[in-house]
Amino acid sequence: MQQISKDKFQIVGNEGINSEKIEKPSLSFWKDVSIRFRKNKLAMFGIVLLVLLVFFAIFGPYMTEYDYAKNDLMNTNKAPSSEHWFGTDDLGRDVFTRTWEGARISLAIGVLAALIDFTIGVLWGGISGFKGGRVDEFMMRTADILYGVPYLLLVILLMVVLGQSLGTMILAMTITGWINMSRIVRGQVLSLKNQEYVLASRTLGAGLTRIMGKHLIPNTMGPILVTMTLTVPAAIFTEAFLSFLGLGLTPPLASWGTMASDGLPALKYYPWRLFFPATFIALTIFAFNVIGDGLRDALDPRLRK
Amino acid sequence: MAEKLLEIKNLKQHFNVGKPNLVKAVDGVTFDIYKGETLGLVGESGCGKSTTGRTIIRLYDATDGQVLFNGEDVHGKKNVSELKKFNRKMQMIFQDPYASLNPRMTVADIIAEGIDIHGLAKTKQERMEQVYDLLKTVGLNKEHANRYPHEFSGGQRQRIGIARALAVQPEFIIADEPISALDVSIQAQVVNLLKKLQNEKGLTYLFIAHDLSMVKYISDRIGVMYFGKLVELAPADTLYKNPLHPYTQSLLSAIPLPDPESERTRKRVSYDPSVHNYEDNEKVEMREVAPGHFVYCSEKEFKQYKNAYIK
Repeated sequence: MQQISKDKFQIVGNEGINSEKIEKPSLSFWKDVSIRFRKNKLAMFGIVLLVLLVFFAIFGPYMTEYDYAKNDLMNTNKAPSSEHWFGTDDLGRDVFTRTWEGARISLAIGVLAALIDFTIGVLWGGISGFKGGRVDEFMMRTADILYGVPYLLLVILLMVVLGQSLGTMILAMTITGWINMSRIVRGQVLSLKNQEYVLASRTLGAGLTRIMGKHLIPNTMGPILVTMTLTVPAAIFTEAFLSFLGLGLTPPLASWGTMASDGLPALKYYPWRLFFPATFIALTIFAFNVIGDGLRDALDPRLRK
Repeated sequence: MAEKLLEIKNLKQHFNVGKPNLVKAVDGVTFDIYKGETLGLVGESGCGKSTTGRTIIRLYDATDGQVLFNGEDVHGKKNVSELKKFNRKMQMIFQDPYASLNPRMTVADIIAEGIDIHGLAKTKQERMEQVYDLLKTVGLNKEHANRYPHEFSGGQRQRIGIARALAVQPEFIIADEPISALDVSIQAQVVNLLKKLQNEKGLTYLFIAHDLSMVKYISDRIGVMYFGKLVELAPADTLYKNPLHPYTQSLLSAIPLPDPESERTRKRVSYDPSVHNYEDNEKVEMREVAPGHFVYCSEKEFKQYKNAYIK
């Protein structure tokens, strides 16, 4: 081997070089997610659609001079025109006003059902997963039993006992709706609770609330959000379905389900009475589903760049 | 040596008690840790090293046995404030630097977790100052405080973990394989940091590892574990020069040598538990063969070892 004399080398050292410095701009997890979400065109379309729907749900009923519950027997079953944008129904009520009045109730049911599912599901699933053992066994078997109760039977029973109202409807939906959420949360908590950062927190003396609130729930937020966005359309659809069967809201209250139910017999002669509510049900469910899908993709760490 | 900081007496940790798949992860381990020393704990994968560490710090409830910290029983306590006091004195550094930091929290929040739990800072400013100090202690910058764990390298993450443990000013730190997930150049960085901190703050370590040369470098005394039992405990140099238990001999013979010539002649000794040939009525326990040198053996073996020692 060729000998190279030592004086040809010079020690440069690492002075002046900050080896610990990070050049990349700091990105929190949610910023990263939102960047990826915004790249998803379909999901963004869903967001635009949803914003429009919410906008009309809030301001739509004020855009016409008509009241959603007021009958006008001189103008029944009018086709859409410049006076009645979406036409009128069999009692002469303006379908445009009623559609947005119904949007309020349908969206409120969807969002409320999702929020209640979220609250109960996260608490139930979180505690069940974290405590484990007998507590877990008891809580999950309770959920299983509730899950086994025939859904329609339960709804009819509740409607009979408590009377038909918005509250009863939401109760009927959430009484079993949270189970799905709690199972997802439990599964996540089970896999996260033995992670070393949770153990570290325990050795520092953290209690249940802190571990749940700071470590477990934030790290489960992804699947929770996706489930929530998919619960909303499911609840809206269930409301429509129950109302369609005549188990839902009572007139003159309007929801998309009751309007579709009213419109069906007149489908042959006055198709707009079914067309409008049905279209908006479909659009809303479509919007939430695309958003949910987009969120799932954006939250998937494997797609991270 | 100086006073005892930690006494572990006949510690047992069994999983699935009362079921057919009972696991005796730790089965009657007894040793002391002196103030200011580093006790290395080695053994093959699954022999119960980590479980011992985790049981000492109460991550698991011990099946049987006692852990005395400064003479107080750790596992008997149930009172919340007493537990908190104890949590401040004993801390842990974890194995996997990628799993031991919460990905949703900033470095400042991770390090300050202990400060928040124990209320060690009165104002936000005081809290941040403590965090900056800790970052400096482990060789990181102020600017790192607002970043997230995924932006750091393995060695940097491990140092953040060390800073988190130091935040509550503990006396005793359990290092659960803190370097086995790091590459060799970074291992030295972390081990030297641990040594430096020990000198500055007078810390006591229980250093769990399976890299024997690293353990020799950092430890004052070394314990060897095999299947949930401590088989040999001796000062580091003695253990390497004069291993008595056949399992220790086998373990030491497995260390690769950096010199290619002697490496070629190195002989692997394999360990077969049946060489002991223990009889049913023989009492097998830890016996002190030479001052400070304990071996898990029967009466007969004890005499053999003693003779071997004299030579």
